[in-house]
Amino acid sequence: MVPLDYYLILSAVIFAIGVIGVLVRRNLIVVLMSIELMLNAVNLTFIAFSRYLASMQGQVVVIFVMAVAAAEAVIGLAIVISVFRHRRTLDPQEMQLLKW
Amino acid sequence: MVATTQAVATVDLLRWMPLIPLLASLINMFFGARLGRKTAGGLACVAVLASFAIALYIFWLLPATGMFRDTVYTWIESGSFQVKLSFQVDALTAVMLLVVTGIGFLIHIYSLGYMDHDEGIVRFFVYLNLFIFFMLLLVMGDNLLVLFIGWEGVGLCSYLLIGFWYHDHANTIAGNKAFIVNRIGDFGFVLGLLLLVTELGRQGIWTLDFMELQQHVNLLSPERITLITLLLFVGAAGKSAQIPLFVWLPDAMAGPTPVSALIHAATMVTAGAYMTARLHFLFVLAPETLSLIATIGAATAFFAATVALTQTDIKRVLAYSTVSQLGYMFVAIGIGAFSAAIFHLFTHAFFKACLFLGSGSVIHALDGEQDMRKMGGLKAYLPTTYWTYVIATLAIAGAPFTAGFFSKDFILWQAYSSPRGSTELWFVGWLTAGLTAFYMFRQLFLVFHGECRADEHVKAHIHESPVVMTVPLVVLAAGSIFAGWLGAPEYLWGSLWDHWLQPIFGGAHEAAHGSPTDEINLTLLTLAIGGLGFLLAYFVYGRASKLPDRLASLAGGGPYRLLLHKYYIDEIYDVLIVRPFTYCSRWLAQVFDPGVIDGLVNAVARGARGFSLIWREVQTGNVQHYLAGFLAATLALLAYFLKQQ
Repeated sequence: MVPLDYYLILSAVIFAIGVIGVLVRRNLIVVLMSIELMLNAVNLTFIAFSRYLASMQGQVVVIFVMAVAAAEAVIGLAIVISVFRHRRTLDPQEMQLLKW
Repeated sequence: MVATTQAVATVDLLRWMPLIPLLASLINMFFGARLGRKTAGGLACVAVLASFAIALYIFWLLPATGMFRDTVYTWIESGSFQVKLSFQVDALTAVMLLVVTGIGFLIHIYSLGYMDHDEGIVRFFVYLNLFIFFMLLLVMGDNLLVLFIGWEGVGLCSYLLIGFWYHDHANTIAGNKAFIVNRIGDFGFVLGLLLLVTELGRQGIWTLDFMELQQHVNLLSPERITLITLLLFVGAAGKSAQIPLFVWLPDAMAGPTPVSALIHAATMVTAGAYMTARLHFLFVLAPETLSLIATIGAATAFFAATVALTQTDIKRVLAYSTVSQLGYMFVAIGIGAFSAAIFHLFTHAFFKACLFLGSGSVIHALDGEQDMRKMGGLKAYLPTTYWTYVIATLAIAGAPFTAGFFSKDFILWQAYSSPRGSTELWFVGWLTAGLTAFYMFRQLFLVFHGECRADEHVKAHIHESPVVMTVPLVVLAAGSIFAGWLGAPEYLWGSLWDHWLQPIFGGAHEAAHGSPTDEINLTLLTLAIGGLGFLLAYFVYGRASKLPDRLASLAGGGPYRLLLHKYYIDEIYDVLIVRPFTYCSRWLAQVFDPGVIDGLVNAVARGARGFSLIWREVQTGNVQHYLAGFLAATLALLAYFLKQQ
């Protein structure tokens, strides 16, 4: 059986990749995908602990997270399309209207 | 000194006396244009007549030693300190009430005729009624604060009415001058008032009420009383045009003539004398102040009379004459003869109002001409005006059995005989009496006798004034004779006046030394110098001669020019006070304010701006930057809390 540490380390690595993706990628769709990465990294942690503690609660939360993530993906993509139609770009660096 | 205990009765009618003119003023203010000129003027007159009727009724009711009171409501209440909006009428107030409403009513009537052609007549009556309201507050207030409201209010009305014809910039300037000079006096008055209240308050008596002040005045130390009375006198000097604050009154003649008669001769300028008389219990405890007041009064009387000798503007002569007569009142106050001062105030109101209204009638007839050099021979054209003018001139010159004769002699006699008086004071007053006769008869001869020197087109229009203007003149002329009979000296039929005011000034009046023979002799001396003044005026101005020119060029014309330019007082004030002051103001406005005040404000703003210029770089608008910040902060917090455990 794979020890818990491996799961946690993998999950931390995936989460870090997601964070870095959100911070540095120049394409909104990739940013959304990075957010999915972060969510799934957390899901992985939940599952690992669920197994480790032999409790179903972690898995229930994961179902919730997946539902919310699906909704978030829908709305996020809708916003992305809408933004693209307006500005002909998906580079977040170009979206700086809310500043001094 | 123990205050005389007086019977106090409450009479609700009192409040209506000031209230009616105020209501009329407000009605005219808001609906005057719709009411029309005649109705507005009529309303104003009726309002003052109503006040006069109430004043007469109150006067009739008033017992010899009693006092009426009417408390409207408690205005300020702070611990044991209470100020009520309440009115009182005692003998002194009753006299002032009759003068203010009675002469005020006559002048209102006169204004109907005088201001008939003026497009601002409604505004004029609004101001005039408002003035009556404030003047009544001033004389009826039973505490210093109500008096002070009236005091400031009449100053405001005076300002408004001096600058009534505001199209002419000179009038506006004259109004400003009156207001500003009065502010200086008022500043002293306020300081005196505050000092009085706090000093008494330190003794545990918080009050502004005249009766209570009178009861507790002995708690104050003499030095404090001297300081308080000096400050109060500064206020009185401002309002009553005494040296050194008299400069505004001659310029105040820029206002319409009825205003000069009402405000700048009969009522408002006497407020200073009234105030000192009202607070006589304070002033008698300050001998230094009193002697200063007497000196200033005598100096003012003499000084103004000499200036009046040479003036050519008909109203300016009267203005300086008013200053001079006010000086007499302050001489009387300075020697503690308060009832003599109020008596002169009373008679002066009649003959000076009559003179001013007469001059108004002349100006009206000559289409606005005020220069006496362009008058003359008007006797034939304006008979009623002429005869009333003669009577009033006789009265102010002190001809026997006219009002001025009794009141002026009363003051001169007191100046000579009372313990506080002196021969010097009497002498200056005596000399001034001669000057008064001279300048008044000079005016009379220049205006009404000799050849008519008016322009031809003006001459064609000369007409006697309408009845609404001549009737007040006749009534006032009658008053100029008979008003004085109330205060005849003992060697004639005795003074009703002293008897009347005795309960108020009772303790203030000190026995005079000197016999009736002395009094008669002094009176004869005064008559002699008055007669001399008349004769001189007759020989110099009554007949066509070269004498005036020769007098003018006497001693190289120096003395004449000095008098003609009013001792250059205005110029001296201009150099010593006005110019340095405007220079300082200009420096403050153009250097200090933009440099230091604005500079400080701008520096603060610039600092904030510079700081934000640096920090706005943080706000890039880029979501990813914010998220990076968010992440860094979260990690930092996490590290911190983990370390804590």
